[in-house]
Amino acid sequence: MLASLVGFLGDFDLAEEAAQEAFAVAAERWAREGAPVNPGAWLVTTARNRAIDRLRRNRTLAEKTRLLEIPQAVEEQMDETAIPDERLELLFTCCHPALATEAQVALMLYALGGLSTQEIARAFIVSTETMKRRLSRAKAKIKTAGIPFSVPPAHLLPERLAAVLAVVYLIFNEGYGGRAELAAEAIGLGRVLVELMPDEPEAYGLLSLMLLHDARRPARFAGEDLVLLGEQDRSLWDAGQILEGRSLLDRALALRGRGYYVLQAAIASLQADDPLDWAQIEALYRELAQITRSPVIELNRAVAVAESRGAEAALAIVDGLDLGEYQYWHSTRAELLRRLGRGDEARAAYLSALGLARAEGERRFLRRRLAEL
Amino acid sequence: MRYALLIYTRPGSMDGLGEDERRAIYAEYVAVNDLPGRAGEAQLEPIETATTVRVQDGETLTTDGPFADTKEVFAGYFIFDVENLDSAIEIAQRIPAARMGGAVEVRPVVER
Repeated sequence: MLASLVGFLGDFDLAEEAAQEAFAVAAERWAREGAPVNPGAWLVTTARNRAIDRLRRNRTLAEKTRLLEIPQAVEEQMDETAIPDERLELLFTCCHPALATEAQVALMLYALGGLSTQEIARAFIVSTETMKRRLSRAKAKIKTAGIPFSVPPAHLLPERLAAVLAVVYLIFNEGYGGRAELAAEAIGLGRVLVELMPDEPEAYGLLSLMLLHDARRPARFAGEDLVLLGEQDRSLWDAGQILEGRSLLDRALALRGRGYYVLQAAIASLQADDPLDWAQIEALYRELAQITRSPVIELNRAVAVAESRGAEAALAIVDGLDLGEYQYWHSTRAELLRRLGRGDEARAAYLSALGLARAEGERRFLRRRLAEL
Repeated sequence: MRYALLIYTRPGSMDGLGEDERRAIYAEYVAVNDLPGRAGEAQLEPIETATTVRVQDGETLTTDGPFADTKEVFAGYFIFDVENLDSAIEIAQRIPAARMGGAVEVRPVVER
């Protein structure tokens, strides 16, 4: 409803006020006369009419004259199909690169996730006042700076789509670290993306990736302790979610998707197999590394190499990476050195990893490994 | 909407360029100047000519030099009347200063 109103009015605040008025009218009239046949259409139509009234009263808003020429719709005659779904436009507006990332995240949860300001504030552990200010600054920038309310033209679309997917994945990872309700919100947004962009393989890839990772959440920790993939209790995995993730991945591959999220989803799908096909996982990491040119992906490839071709080959890859500030580079090296029986070097590497680790579960894991050496 | 494209340059970014290269870069500025929607522009004299004025407790303080003491200097601006921020950004990225160690700041113009 909000998307349709913002699209029609081109103004977040006006759309919100109109929506609130419509709900107030509905509460009063539906109690008296019963609910209309199409409650959703009725609400949008009423809200639009209220907004037009407001604009007519406010003659200084001369630039809105376009709206004033639109005749008021008769509320009872509106049907659902008459209301355009403008959530796709809203999506691209919320993730416009002229907005700060934290503003994009907040706007997405607010406008497309339907969360209240209080709920978003709680999820990001800031005060409601702070979140309210963040949202109103973002809404004001959209309006004043002329951020378009439209699907970007073809030459901008790949870059903008990547931004939309990145915001949803960021929300998911924010949740994957602990606050489960954010992961659930991200998956909900992922479903909206797939619904709105049914031809876009990366949208399927992202949703698939999130479902496959989220399915393993219950097995990632035993009490406070981090449990590695190979040691996880598979009976704790959400089998239904893995199934859905895999069928979405099939859809993405059928659409000839071979991008960042599709490849990661394919890896996550292989990781749910038993036994693991490490050679295949390595091949996918290799492809992913070619797209991203990221040393972190190379590090992941090295882990797969350790299983498929041995620790020696893996260590050669790891030692060629410039990731000295990265905790998992040290812990991966430590693990490989341990397997090669180079205890002293392994100890030094575990200590370096411990020096960089912040999460308590991970620190405990590293201390346990050190004690076992 | 009208947008001001504020051009910040890195001093010396044109040094060491040959005559042909300079001419090519000026031609790029002229090309931006000729784009549809342009509604005004100014190139400013070098930063050494700047004077900064402040008023404190009713007293005017005039100092030699620019306001902001940053590496990049405000060198000029274009005003463009285009549809939305995306169109303004597309023009901004064509301004040579943006890739020569400077930047272009895009600001909507207040309509009266």
